[in-house]
Amino acid sequence: MRIEVAYLRPGLDSRGRKLGAETLDVYLTENVFGLTSELASLVFADPVVQRAVTDGSGPLVAPKADWNLLIEVSFKAGVTNPMALTAREALANALRLPGNHLPESAVVQTATQWLFSRDDLSLGANQALAASLHNPLIQQAVVLTRADWDSGKRPPALYPLVHLGEVSAVVTIPMTQLEGDALVQLSKTRLLALTQPEMEAIRNHYRDPATQAARRELQLPSEPVDLELEMLAQTWSEHCKHKIFAANIAYTDTTTGKTEAISSLYSTYIKQTTRDLEPKRTFLRSVFHDNAGVVQFDDDTLVCFKVETHNSPSALDPFGGAITGIVGVNRDILGTGKGAKPIFNTNYLCFGDPNTPADELPTGLLHPKTVLRGVHQGIIEGGNHSGIPTVAGGFLFDESYKGKPLVFCGTGGILPASVNGEASYLKHVDAGDLVVMLGGRVGKDGIHGATFSSLALDETSPTSAVQIGDPITQRKMTDFLLEARDLGLYKGITDNGAGGLSSSLGEMAESSGGVRIDLDLCPLKYQGLAPWEILVSESQERMSLAVDRSTLEAFLALARKRDVEGTVIGEFTATGRVDLTWGRQLIGSLSMEFLHKGLPAMNLKATWVPPKFTPREVPDLPLGSTLLRLLADPTVASKESLVRQYDHEVQARSVVKPFCGEKMDGPTEGAVLKLKPGSNRGLTVTHGVNPRYGDTDPYQMAWNAVDEAYRAHIALGGDPDNASVLDNFCWPDPVQSATTPDGEYKLAQLVKTCQGLRDACLFYGLPLISGKDSMKNDANMNGKKVSIRPTLLISLMGIIVDVNKAMTTDFLAAGDVIVLLGDTRAELAGSTLEKVLRSDDSALRLAGTPTVHPEASLKLYRALASALQSGLLASVHDLADGGLGVALAESSLGGRLGAHVTLDELPGLRSAPPAVGLFSESPGRFLASVNPTQLADFRKAFRGLPAAEIGVVTADASLVVDREGQTVVRLAQQELLHAWNTLGRLQ
Amino acid sequence: MSTVTAGILTGFGINADQELGQAFELAGARVVWLPVSTLLEEPSRLDQLQILGFPGGFSFGDHLGSGRVLAQWVKNALQDSLTGFTERGGLVLGVCNGFQTLVKMGILPNLKGDWTPETTLIGNEGGVFQDRWIRVRANPANTSPWLRGLGDFDLPIRHGEGRFQVRDDQVRKTLHEKNLIALTYHGGNPNGALDDIAGLTDATGHIFGLMPHPEAFTHRLQHPLWRRRADLGTLGLKVFANGVDHWK
Repeated sequence: MRIEVAYLRPGLDSRGRKLGAETLDVYLTENVFGLTSELASLVFADPVVQRAVTDGSGPLVAPKADWNLLIEVSFKAGVTNPMALTAREALANALRLPGNHLPESAVVQTATQWLFSRDDLSLGANQALAASLHNPLIQQAVVLTRADWDSGKRPPALYPLVHLGEVSAVVTIPMTQLEGDALVQLSKTRLLALTQPEMEAIRNHYRDPATQAARRELQLPSEPVDLELEMLAQTWSEHCKHKIFAANIAYTDTTTGKTEAISSLYSTYIKQTTRDLEPKRTFLRSVFHDNAGVVQFDDDTLVCFKVETHNSPSALDPFGGAITGIVGVNRDILGTGKGAKPIFNTNYLCFGDPNTPADELPTGLLHPKTVLRGVHQGIIEGGNHSGIPTVAGGFLFDESYKGKPLVFCGTGGILPASVNGEASYLKHVDAGDLVVMLGGRVGKDGIHGATFSSLALDETSPTSAVQIGDPITQRKMTDFLLEARDLGLYKGITDNGAGGLSSSLGEMAESSGGVRIDLDLCPLKYQGLAPWEILVSESQERMSLAVDRSTLEAFLALARKRDVEGTVIGEFTATGRVDLTWGRQLIGSLSMEFLHKGLPAMNLKATWVPPKFTPREVPDLPLGSTLLRLLADPTVASKESLVRQYDHEVQARSVVKPFCGEKMDGPTEGAVLKLKPGSNRGLTVTHGVNPRYGDTDPYQMAWNAVDEAYRAHIALGGDPDNASVLDNFCWPDPVQSATTPDGEYKLAQLVKTCQGLRDACLFYGLPLISGKDSMKNDANMNGKKVSIRPTLLISLMGIIVDVNKAMTTDFLAAGDVIVLLGDTRAELAGSTLEKVLRSDDSALRLAGTPTVHPEASLKLYRALASALQSGLLASVHDLADGGLGVALAESSLGGRLGAHVTLDELPGLRSAPPAVGLFSESPGRFLASVNPTQLADFRKAFRGLPAAEIGVVTADASLVVDREGQTVVRLAQQELLHAWNTLGRLQ
Repeated sequence: MSTVTAGILTGFGINADQELGQAFELAGARVVWLPVSTLLEEPSRLDQLQILGFPGGFSFGDHLGSGRVLAQWVKNALQDSLTGFTERGGLVLGVCNGFQTLVKMGILPNLKGDWTPETTLIGNEGGVFQDRWIRVRANPANTSPWLRGLGDFDLPIRHGEGRFQVRDDQVRKTLHEKNLIALTYHGGNPNGALDDIAGLTDATGHIFGLMPHPEAFTHRLQHPLWRRRADLGTLGLKVFANGVDHWK
């Protein structure tokens, strides 16, 4: 049956309005027995404003009689369609079927029909319109003109279904006799993403007489079978094993001429940093080995935090990539310890310039605006539909992200300190426990996700790597799991992300010492998957659990009751092997030892040659109009139009929201959350990221990123001695090769960034509790390579002792004294001013990398933290992108007040051009305001520190900046607002 | 009666259930969180409740229209039990997705007494989900216990489908004449709702549904202007206190 649902009157359809179209919801069913037109109408139409027809007359009854073009968009076969899943449940309920489930033979599809009235009905125009309504990777569009319709053409009664051939049996892959190129070729054709040395290690393992003997005993072929190779490739992928961070690196610094051997960047700079901090940071509970870092919040409560990236999928399908990223990192939290509840999302999104002319884009790449729209929608639905507030984050626009966007998805979680009498961060997987797969079913979606993301994007990137997350299925699973956790119904849990079952069970089996996976028992979305596909599929919304036999029945019964599918698919063992079976027969087996420790370390070279720029002095600039240009830069501009679409308040914890100020549109430094009713202790969430500083000095880039996140934490009122950070590295390929001739330099940038990260975290006492890296952020399209700027995102989660002392950036009252805290130096390399000026002259470089002066900064931060505890300040804004000028504008706009300041006595700065004072990005600074009644106390608190009273908050709603008695900037609030709201006008 | 028990529905994509329950607890109620699947199996659970809360969220993903599938499930299984519950004087509160569910079931405003849907909530005029604080005004002529002592106050809205619509002019007229309109947006209509309608009650006043989130304003730090204003007006908590006090 084809059911078309139309509005009764024009003007009700908000989806079509923007495009001047009218839309209809279409449902297509087959083998749904007992379904009548009447019942369909009851289920699918809102009787107050809609009607449903089942005779194909939808376009004729829709309130758009003059339509001349019909475009119907539907999902391709096999793509996750949560709406169709809900439609099935609704139909089953209406038909009173037991368990509200339709039989497997029933088909339910959905589509959206768009009706347009257009002047230009040329083929080209119609195709362009259709292209703007769907992503051909996952959707299909049927285009019919009114003339087609009148000649009897109609959209199909049913769209094609997944039809796979017979299940291909297990294939043996002869490789013990292969050498060199043949091994590389095998890796390529099977999309294993393994290098020659890695393929050789596998070959040698199978050649090994011990392996041969073991396989004979197990009655397995002596050559590897496909599912063994696939499991090795997933487990050994860059995505899962972080091979570059684990590599042996010979690092040469040409400025000193010295070469040092670094054995694993991860162990040397990240893990060791936290180990060094452990004695004085006693709040650490579980770091590095679980899905997320866990710290103590108060006596009864732990919190955890994880940030992931989902860049490659978002480049192909921005919506699907982003939503999958969100629900994926939510699952990391759900799988942390005994299972934590997600309480906030925070996302940092990096795109190419949304104003990039289309002809400047290499073919094959989606336009940054298209990527922005899709990713943004994915973030909206991923968070909002899951009931997890998106509390912080940011947007960064830079031309280097037009090849691959960076989609950093972060989630924080909460768990009681103990569950059923045991510390909640512990989990157990013992031999004899049953393997339970929970949540969604397995399909072809996301096969090779882990290996694909370990490669550069090119024209042949596999579409099967795309998945679409389904927040509702996951929400049901989340509610169920937290209930089951508190009842003690399972022992161990982890999420299924990259690499699917092969990764999750491979990891869990490390605790017990082995696992048997019965692949034929895994519930499938549709028949016809090969065993290896089931093993590595990345179909979403799945968790893997270890369940004790004694609680299995109760676990599965509760799952059924909560409409969550749980299936026993094997058993944890102590055999030292991963055994793979089909129909009770062993079809593959890998030694745990080889799987987890057989990967040879990479040996890489890194060479640091300082970049040679000839920086220019700051040119003579019209300061007012330049400030407006900075405010209009998409990275600086107001994100309100985008962020208002995120639910940032669900769960009712927000104390500092994404916006503050009189009109609730001023930016904040991050989030403050009041975690528990009856307690004033809270959490802060902030970020720091400065990829452009890395152009001249990656070491300082890392220092700045850490400093920015910490500075924001301090500005919010956070405790200087209680914060933890996460590192997320996104890099272009740093391995020297024919396609990456500058690999040694990019790897040296990585080394220097790691060194800066370590030094900054050790100095400020910020333990690294979790992190992730994504190392192949390049796109090769038509021979043109676009690589991202090396990017380090720091995400901070800290404690604020009393949320009543939380601070915001908005000026509160006319007459308050404006103060600048921290030294200003002429530091404009990589600044927003430089970026804006480079859009006129791409060769231009300004001097002075913003450089952290840690001793001075920490002294100031401690003074500020204690002044905030004493309530001495009315507003605090940290200085970051765009320096003092932008902060002044933002604090004024937030308060809808004016400001009158002078640049004459900025701490640390003598006789520099006014543009330096206004736009320098020296870190370690804040713009604050003080009520005159507290000025004496303020002066006392900051005696001996770099603090200057530079002006006063005014009631006349304009921004006035003087220097040496001359007014150098005079801007009305309306001018500032207009520039700052650029993104809101982006079409 | 000394103990007032509020049941809060959970599951199937409902997601603002924790804070809805906490708001009732702050107002002095005993709270039980009740999975929808449990209530459908055991409708007699209603006998132990004085108040039933339909929280916000995205039940069934709002996939066939906000609140529609949950409304269908509840109506099919519980029409008689819920009618009995309200006839015994039980109070019902629906917030956001809960409000959408109540109107789509037809239990609100229930002009004919047989749960025929007369009103609905559709996609915002602006076409997108919005999270922002707005001002609402309680209808002084509506005598529902939920509204006692409420005038103008601030609450957040967080929805993509809050545009109130009616079947026809007769329904609209009846809503006004019988004073079933409970809340209106004041100083700006955020979603294109007919007559600025933000919330409704049934004729008994016992069933109250609203798009804004009173449970998200139970203490002053939740208001976005808490650092700028000494007086933030009435808290959303008052709604819950009204529901609980009605039973005391």
